[in-house]
Amino acid sequence: MIAELALALLWIAAALACLSLVAGIAFVRTGKDDLAALVRPASVAQGVLTAVSFALLITLFVRSDMSVELVARNSNSLKPMLFKVAGAWGNHEGSMLLWLTILGLSGALVALFEKRLRKDTLVATLGAQAALSLGFFAFLLFSSNPFKRLPVAPPDGQGLNPLLQDPGLAFHPPTLYVGYVGISVAFSFAVGALITREIGPAFARAMRPWVLGSWIFLTLGITAGSYWAYYELGWGGWWFWDPVENVSLVPWLAGAALLHSVSVTATRNALRAWTVMLAVIAFSMSMVGTFIVRSGLLTSVHSFAVDPERGTFLLALMAIYIGGALTLFALRAGAVAEGKKFALMSREGSLVINNLLLTTILALVLLGTLYPIVAEAMGEKISVGPPYYNKVAGPLALILCLVMVAGPLLSWRKDDGRKLWTRLPVAIFAGAVVLFGLVLFGGKVGVLPLLGMTVAGVVAVASLAPLWKRNLRRTPLPTFGMVIAHFGVAVALAGMGAESAFIKERLVAAAPGETVKVDDFSVKFVGAKPVAGPNYTAIRGTLVASTPAGASFTLHPEARMFPGLMGTAPTETNEAALLTRPGGQLYAVLGQPVPSADGASADRYQLRLWWKPLVWWIWLGGGLIAVGATLSLLGRAQILEIWRARRARKAQERFA
Amino acid sequence: MKAKHQRLILAAFALVGVAGAGVLGASALRDEAAYFRTPAEVKAGKTIVNEPMRLGGMVAAGSIKRQADGLTIDFVATDGKASIPVQFTGIVPDLFAENSGMVADGRMRADGVFVADRILAKHDERYMPPQMGDMPKDMKVAPKV
Repeated sequence: MIAELALALLWIAAALACLSLVAGIAFVRTGKDDLAALVRPASVAQGVLTAVSFALLITLFVRSDMSVELVARNSNSLKPMLFKVAGAWGNHEGSMLLWLTILGLSGALVALFEKRLRKDTLVATLGAQAALSLGFFAFLLFSSNPFKRLPVAPPDGQGLNPLLQDPGLAFHPPTLYVGYVGISVAFSFAVGALITREIGPAFARAMRPWVLGSWIFLTLGITAGSYWAYYELGWGGWWFWDPVENVSLVPWLAGAALLHSVSVTATRNALRAWTVMLAVIAFSMSMVGTFIVRSGLLTSVHSFAVDPERGTFLLALMAIYIGGALTLFALRAGAVAEGKKFALMSREGSLVINNLLLTTILALVLLGTLYPIVAEAMGEKISVGPPYYNKVAGPLALILCLVMVAGPLLSWRKDDGRKLWTRLPVAIFAGAVVLFGLVLFGGKVGVLPLLGMTVAGVVAVASLAPLWKRNLRRTPLPTFGMVIAHFGVAVALAGMGAESAFIKERLVAAAPGETVKVDDFSVKFVGAKPVAGPNYTAIRGTLVASTPAGASFTLHPEARMFPGLMGTAPTETNEAALLTRPGGQLYAVLGQPVPSADGASADRYQLRLWWKPLVWWIWLGGGLIAVGATLSLLGRAQILEIWRARRARKAQERFA
Repeated sequence: MKAKHQRLILAAFALVGVAGAGVLGASALRDEAAYFRTPAEVKAGKTIVNEPMRLGGMVAAGSIKRQADGLTIDFVATDGKASIPVQFTGIVPDLFAENSGMVADGRMRADGVFVADRILAKHDERYMPPQMGDMPKDMKVAPKV
């Protein structure tokens, strides 16, 4: 019954989206208030119904109802509870329903809480949001129904891809989805404002929290995904320029550009056309991401099913939304063109350069990701690897960081370039110290890591400069947010540079009792023995790592074997063991047993050990960026102010 | 500064930026087009010794030889038309086996052996390097080397 009820709720929600859209259009054309009154409750109800439907899907997974095809294909009654729940979105249909749920809920939030916009703009925004939902409802209901029953229920399910059986999975996709969908709200705001020609500070202020919010989630999603790849794949890398990673990076870059340009529009009423355009680009990029990842164009752990029909459907949706928005933009060009003026040497000027650099990096990453796909369609097979991305994105990112040094120190509208230098001596000094230190004592360091660490030194100091000589208690939250986020960029950059410059690697075939040196650690291989997990068996190695200071730590890398369930092939994964120290991480992978020379016994094991200096700074930096953006969001959304105002009003009502 | 002036400068900046990015991207991509090679292309002399590249092929049957150090393996990568000996020191991915596809990052040594730094086998058993989609499906019996 649960599956049928959930499906019915989905249909009702789709009908409500349809109602919002029609009423929204009618209101914008006729201006009749009773039509507008329909849109808000319809949006809220749509969000709630979709969420209930998604909760029912999770219930089906928790109860291991194998009569539902999706559960039978992606779950198994033996799985730990967390993965049963996460299994609900660890597949194509479930993840699309999650997408719709978040889309609906954010529409509901806009309907409930957005008070700054003119009513017609708000209704147009909700209408645009409903149009987006409607497309995805059609996609879900017509081509990927998650609640389909099987004619005969199998005794048990096929399980989940073992690589995905990891606590990280439980949170990685929802986080990214919230990010993508938040961008779609920004897109709806842009469309709404274009329709009613209300493009200015009010629109930018309404849109900004959504841009910031979605960007926080994208940042967290990418950071978490990078860490997941780092410890789960057992390759020790934190970024592979894999197409799937790239398509999550591209909306993030667009979001970064957008959140800076939306600030300019909100504060200075400048860059209006550019902000609207970026909102369209950012949304297009998140659609492209979903399309590429889900359509099976790329074969990877992320493409759950290769189905050309679905790919075509998504492509058509994308063409309609993006094409429609661009057409609207062209029609309204007159209304958006003029904004406030500013000099090149000013806060706005530096943000324009920031935007140009971000979009250039975006275009180059996108080019590298799509080029092989296009080339393959034309009959040529090539692959674009890390050398390309490092070559094109590395230098541009470093220039971008230097602009980031200058931007916050310039004043709005117009500034004197010569004065800028007087604000920077400490930062430049810090950079020089790092550079000379590395050149003198660092040994052989590559150019890009060297420049990276130097720039990180400059940025770290310069990012704190906006707080210099200021009364910290009266500094607004967004300023703190900016400082922390920019500082986070420096931290991440330093981690990337140090990791690639000073990494130490040892690869050995070790017998039990043998000791291996890696950097300052002596790692003793105690032995390996079989163990059994909840739904896998494993060879579990025991390593004891000791530091020169005498401290010792035990590590347990594992090689896991997952049996094939219900006719699927068995899978093996490597669980790396990590030891986090203040100076970096020790990373251990247990490889295969090595047969002895006569082939009779296997007493030695392959061991791979890495010492990765400062590697965790990369994710710490990502976290700081997210924290900074959160502070900025709290300041911008004026949550405190709204709360205080509401309390004051309540108090007044009580006295009245 | 006059408004018109300023807009001109901004537009010029944007144009220079776009043009620069285009040139950068195109030149980097041209280098990159040589990145992935099949054994037949390597035999045809399309690679430069010691340049980073990616080799894709099937692991020839009976060709995997483990060295005494327990870490180095030698095998032969083939695409049915040509074969290239490959040497790899490290932990091979779980899905690495004879008669299955693999992609290796590394470089050609002057003596014609491909030295791999990393061997890729993607996350699941259905994975086939996209570049190898055209290879004969029934290549179960790899040619003798």
